[in-house]
Amino acid sequence: MADTAHAKTAAHVHHPDGHDHGTYRSYAIGFILSVILTAIPFGLVMMGGLESRLLTAGIVIGSAAIQVLVHMVYFLHMNGRSDEGWTMMALIFTVVVVVIILAGSLWVMHNMNANMMPQMNHDGMPQLSGFGT
Amino acid sequence: MTPTIADDAQYWDTSPHHHEEGASTTIGFWIYLMSDCLMFAVLFAVFGVLGQSYAAGPGPQALFELHLVAINTAFLLLSSLTFGFAMLSTVAGRQDRAMLWLGATLVLGLAFLAVEIYEFQHLIHLGAGPQRSAFLSSFFALVGTHGLHVAFGCLWLGTLMIQIRKHGLTGANIRRMTCLSMFWHFLDVIWIGVFTFVYLLGMI
Amino acid sequence: MATIDHSTTFLLGRLNLSAIPQDPIVWATFVVVVIGGAGLMAVLTKYRLWGYLWHEWFTTVDHKKIGIMYMVLALIMLLRGFADAVMMRLQSILAFNGSEGYLNSHHYDQIFTAHGVIMIFFVAMPFITGLMNYLVPLQIGARDVSFPFLNNLSFWMTVGGAVIIMASLFVGEFAQTGWLAFPPLSGIGFSPWVGVDYYIWGLQVAGVGTTLSGINLLVTIIKMRAPGMDYMRMPIFTWTALCTNILIVASFPVLTVTLVLLTLDRYVGTNFFTSDLGGNAMLYVNLIWIWGHPEVYILILPLFGVFSEVTATFSGKRLFGYTSMVYATVCITVLSYIVWLHHFFTMGSGASVNAFFGITTMIISVPTGAKLFNWIFTMYRGRIRFDLPMMWTVAFMLTFTVGGMTGVLLAVPPADFVLHNSLFLVAHFHNVIIGGVLFGLFAAINFWWPKASGSSWTSSGARSASGCGSWASGSRSCRCTSWA
Repeated sequence: MADTAHAKTAAHVHHPDGHDHGTYRSYAIGFILSVILTAIPFGLVMMGGLESRLLTAGIVIGSAAIQVLVHMVYFLHMNGRSDEGWTMMALIFTVVVVVIILAGSLWVMHNMNANMMPQMNHDGMPQLSGFGT
Repeated sequence: MTPTIADDAQYWDTSPHHHEEGASTTIGFWIYLMSDCLMFAVLFAVFGVLGQSYAAGPGPQALFELHLVAINTAFLLLSSLTFGFAMLSTVAGRQDRAMLWLGATLVLGLAFLAVEIYEFQHLIHLGAGPQRSAFLSSFFALVGTHGLHVAFGCLWLGTLMIQIRKHGLTGANIRRMTCLSMFWHFLDVIWIGVFTFVYLLGMI
Repeated sequence: MATIDHSTTFLLGRLNLSAIPQDPIVWATFVVVVIGGAGLMAVLTKYRLWGYLWHEWFTTVDHKKIGIMYMVLALIMLLRGFADAVMMRLQSILAFNGSEGYLNSHHYDQIFTAHGVIMIFFVAMPFITGLMNYLVPLQIGARDVSFPFLNNLSFWMTVGGAVIIMASLFVGEFAQTGWLAFPPLSGIGFSPWVGVDYYIWGLQVAGVGTTLSGINLLVTIIKMRAPGMDYMRMPIFTWTALCTNILIVASFPVLTVTLVLLTLDRYVGTNFFTSDLGGNAMLYVNLIWIWGHPEVYILILPLFGVFSEVTATFSGKRLFGYTSMVYATVCITVLSYIVWLHHFFTMGSGASVNAFFGITTMIISVPTGAKLFNWIFTMYRGRIRFDLPMMWTVAFMLTFTVGGMTGVLLAVPPADFVLHNSLFLVAHFHNVIIGGVLFGLFAAINFWWPKASGSSWTSSGARSASGCGSWASGSRSCRCTSWA
């Protein structure tokens, strides 16, 4: 926020907004990485998963997180320069709020369900198997 | 306005100054996308809270067909690549090639929508419509909202192709295309969350 | 109300002839509105003002004129919201000792809901949006906002929402649910008629307009500042406007989605917030307050900016602690996202959750307190002129401090268990919103009136109004506190 010199000299006179559109090569790298990071979780789950469900879930979520970063870098060309860094700042702020909304809602609602009277607890309800077949 | 603030007296020219046409468009659209991202965050949170509430109805394992989801993921990922190529052709000033890549993107987007509509129609046919349980309500809301965004993106893409054909790669058209490319890549990022948290984790 | 026909038709939905209210109070209001409206139109026609209004105002993209139109809209809606408040007070006076008062329960509940919805969405929001629209481009030396046409669209969407809410007075009914329309009461089962639909569509239209205007002003501040005006040299009002618009952009989408889900529950029969098939009504409460708490800081932050400008000007001194003021504003912006559960401590999330949100709520009062000290130190040894804006500011400091301290009391979950749904709570947020938002707007209108109109405006009546306002809300809070 404190790039004083930049604001004084460059802003508004001629604004190099720092957007770049990538190259064929960068798109190809992003695409291949994404294919790999999609194939791993899909393959894992379609084969029936590992013995540890927790580990399977961890790998699936981990691949997704990395793939999101890959998309950000290679497809959306995120960097700290465009529009005085506001593009990146907006993204970081949004990610923080997203985490607050997701984690907060899950935490609050989980605790509320846990504190319900026992007969109102729906968690134990089994799901039907073989539905519609 | 009086500057009442800085420790050492600083003055700046407050008479209206020049701003480049359309210089604010990309950051403005990016901020809109961030607000859109928060809409999806709420839908994910709703799915996270209600995603296990089957109400004695069918759950993910009885409903989802992963190979359809995999095909759809491939469509979207490929369309991100073709849009990227369209963008590169535009920057290079090659209109015909850009139109070709945009057309490919549109076809892939429509294919994605076709598969998704088939999936929804199949679920409703099975009696697993959005009214059946809170799980299905939140599933349809989340995946459907993403689908609506893709549908809107396709509409926009078609409109843009007509405009490019009519007026060529003008500054305004390139600006619109930059915004649409951000929108399109953004939808692909959201889809990573959808297939991970809704489909794959539901099937484990 | 017993004779309502609930069948639906293709074009009019749930509306039919029985939608015309059979209530003398509404009829009388309708007659007054028709006569007043006809009179206004006659005057406009006589003086040939339609063309002028259309070309110079309604279709303008000038941020100053749009800002003023926002203020006019807010003033008009303030009349309705204030009338609602007076009607509720009158009912409280009359309905005791077995008397039912002059309003039936349906009518009272609608007024109760309309008062909250109108005061927040169609008085406070247009006021602050108008103020930011008018001032921000002037303060940063920009010719206009970044997207002038979008600015006009945002304004008319806000008007559209207001028109929907006003229409409910004479066609159909308004929601009888309270200002946030919690399900299952707002679900189709308990609110089968059009009241909640009016609520939903009014808020959606205005809410999308607000989001767009938030994006617009945010981009304006980021991209259109005068050369050399870096962030720590921005006027303090522009700083608070920046944070306010960040909050708008990052919280109104939550409201939009939550209302869409409620709409789906009502129209399509989904089960997000229903009581059966796995739905969870408390999820709605959770989501709407994730929007709702940032919303109260959206309302107050720009006025903190106004008070800072006013205090500095009328104390003849530079604002004390500009940097700490900026940091306090930014802290409030971020912290406002992690306090939402204090609106529903009594939901039953348990001790750990309540403790967390109770502590964050107390923490957020610290930067607000820092601001208050900054204003006091700005006044300290200053050459204070008690002009109107300064009088509103002093009234604000007294009233808002009471509101803030009752807020910290309410942040203690065990105390909240006793005080929730009581007049103590009502007094708390009225002290904060009237003392903070409304007094701030009065101060701002007085302060910038010469700039906007080209003529100065002051009177002894207005001076005593500011004193009375402070006294009235102060005494009300004391009374409510003793009742609780």
